[in-house]
Amino acid sequence: MIPTTRLGIARLGVFCLLALPLVLLGVDVWREVAQPGSAFGPDPTEEVLHYLGQWGIRILLLTLAVSPASRLLRKPQLVRFRRMVGLWAFSYIVLHFAAFLLSQAGNSFETILAVTLAKVRFAVVGFYALVMLIPLAITSTRGWQRRLGPGWRKLHRLVYPAAFAAWIHLVWLSKGDFMDPLIYGLVLVLLFGERIVFRIRKERRAAAANAA
Amino acid sequence: MLIKPPTDITPSEITPESVYRSRRRFMRESGTLAAGAATLVGTSAVGLPAEWLAARDVKPGEPIGEQMTSESDATSYNNFYEFGTDKGDPAKYAHELTVDPWTVNVTGEVERPGKIGLEDMLSGIDLEERIYRLRCVEAWSMVIPWIGFPVKEVLGKFKPTSDAKYVEFKTLHRPSEMRGQRSFFSNIDWPYVEGLRMDEANHPLAIFAVGMYGKLLPNQNGAPIRLVVPWKYGFKSVKSIVEIRLMKTQPRNTWNVLQPNEYGFYANVNPNVDHPRWSQASERRFPTTLFRPNRIPTRMFNGYDEVASLYTGLDLTRHF
Repeated sequence: MIPTTRLGIARLGVFCLLALPLVLLGVDVWREVAQPGSAFGPDPTEEVLHYLGQWGIRILLLTLAVSPASRLLRKPQLVRFRRMVGLWAFSYIVLHFAAFLLSQAGNSFETILAVTLAKVRFAVVGFYALVMLIPLAITSTRGWQRRLGPGWRKLHRLVYPAAFAAWIHLVWLSKGDFMDPLIYGLVLVLLFGERIVFRIRKERRAAAANAA
Repeated sequence: MLIKPPTDITPSEITPESVYRSRRRFMRESGTLAAGAATLVGTSAVGLPAEWLAARDVKPGEPIGEQMTSESDATSYNNFYEFGTDKGDPAKYAHELTVDPWTVNVTGEVERPGKIGLEDMLSGIDLEERIYRLRCVEAWSMVIPWIGFPVKEVLGKFKPTSDAKYVEFKTLHRPSEMRGQRSFFSNIDWPYVEGLRMDEANHPLAIFAVGMYGKLLPNQNGAPIRLVVPWKYGFKSVKSIVEIRLMKTQPRNTWNVLQPNEYGFYANVNPNVDHPRWSQASERRFPTTLFRPNRIPTRMFNGYDEVASLYTGLDLTRHF
């Protein structure tokens, strides 16, 4: 179906933009399958794993940026893109996890389980981030929103610990270079900070209104 | 057209084109090279011109019955943080490094300390090819045909004293040509240093490499001279060496200083001692393919059992 409304066109645009990294990856995977070694160097699985992880955390932070952006730009309609952005973040992160499992091929099931659930702390915290996002993805539909009522908002606050866990995942796997953790950490601080400021202001306004 | 000199003229009697070119480049850039200049002025430092290797006999290496990593993989996938932390950074940026001229400073517990031009340091030393497994602490591995010679042959020239119990190796520190050393986000305390116990350095398997795949070392692989210690994780095999110091006490090594719970001094390949962040029981042997990570079991001492006697009585779990 071809969208005709402005919102519809904008949605399609955002969809395509968020799909682009995956499409580009698809092209590289195609090249790699046609001629091994041609697209990713000697260690393709790791390359794909990192690429998906990078885009996963980027789009997850983008999801968290939608509400602050709508407030700062005074464009409440931006919130209508939030579900789509969030579901893309979830998709990249699920694919990232799939690539992780692929990279573990050749290890025993017990080893993979131990790595993911106990032994390797950056893998564990990353896995928790993913687990926290699963109920959010499932309940992202309008139907679930209705069914859960006010509980929906509460449930979806899980995205904050999930994003924090994703950042810790990044910190713990970095070595020798802290550019990525620093940049993503700064973005996270800004996004959390805006919310705190917004809440404080809202409460003050409410208090003032009550007083008057 | 360059006319080849007759063979009875020794290389030191003439100045090869690469040397005078690099001297001109050196003088032109000496303003930006203040740090490097301090170590170079006043020595007749000569690195390794391309003709140097061509003029030498290299004893061919023994095949080890394992598939060799392709030259393009081994020269494009590197950990050399001096040029950036991405595996592709060294291949991208290492050309910014001037490796000719090159001097090595030998200090500490030796009878004949001093700075020496690389070509002088290597005079009279026979080159041989060594086909070695390279096991990175990050759980990937390659098979590389190095060209080099045992470490002990060079150390012997400087006559270590009886107090020399350890040897420390230092990589070049030249931020003007090594962009990783200029990085704001790096938490490594440059220069990169590594060390070996004296008996490890003297083991016949421990070599200095000056070439690989029949050519001189590319910059990204540690030109013009690097260490290769095949039974230890790759980070022990320090690249682009400018200083060799013989010591009474155990030297510090960069990764151990940075993260002592993850990287030890010995760093012997050991499938039974996991890195805190990943298992060391297996490794991905390059090249891998997208749907087959080519995982193989890691062997104790990377399969070089002949070094086991160096560690009798040493608790390798504690001294990882």
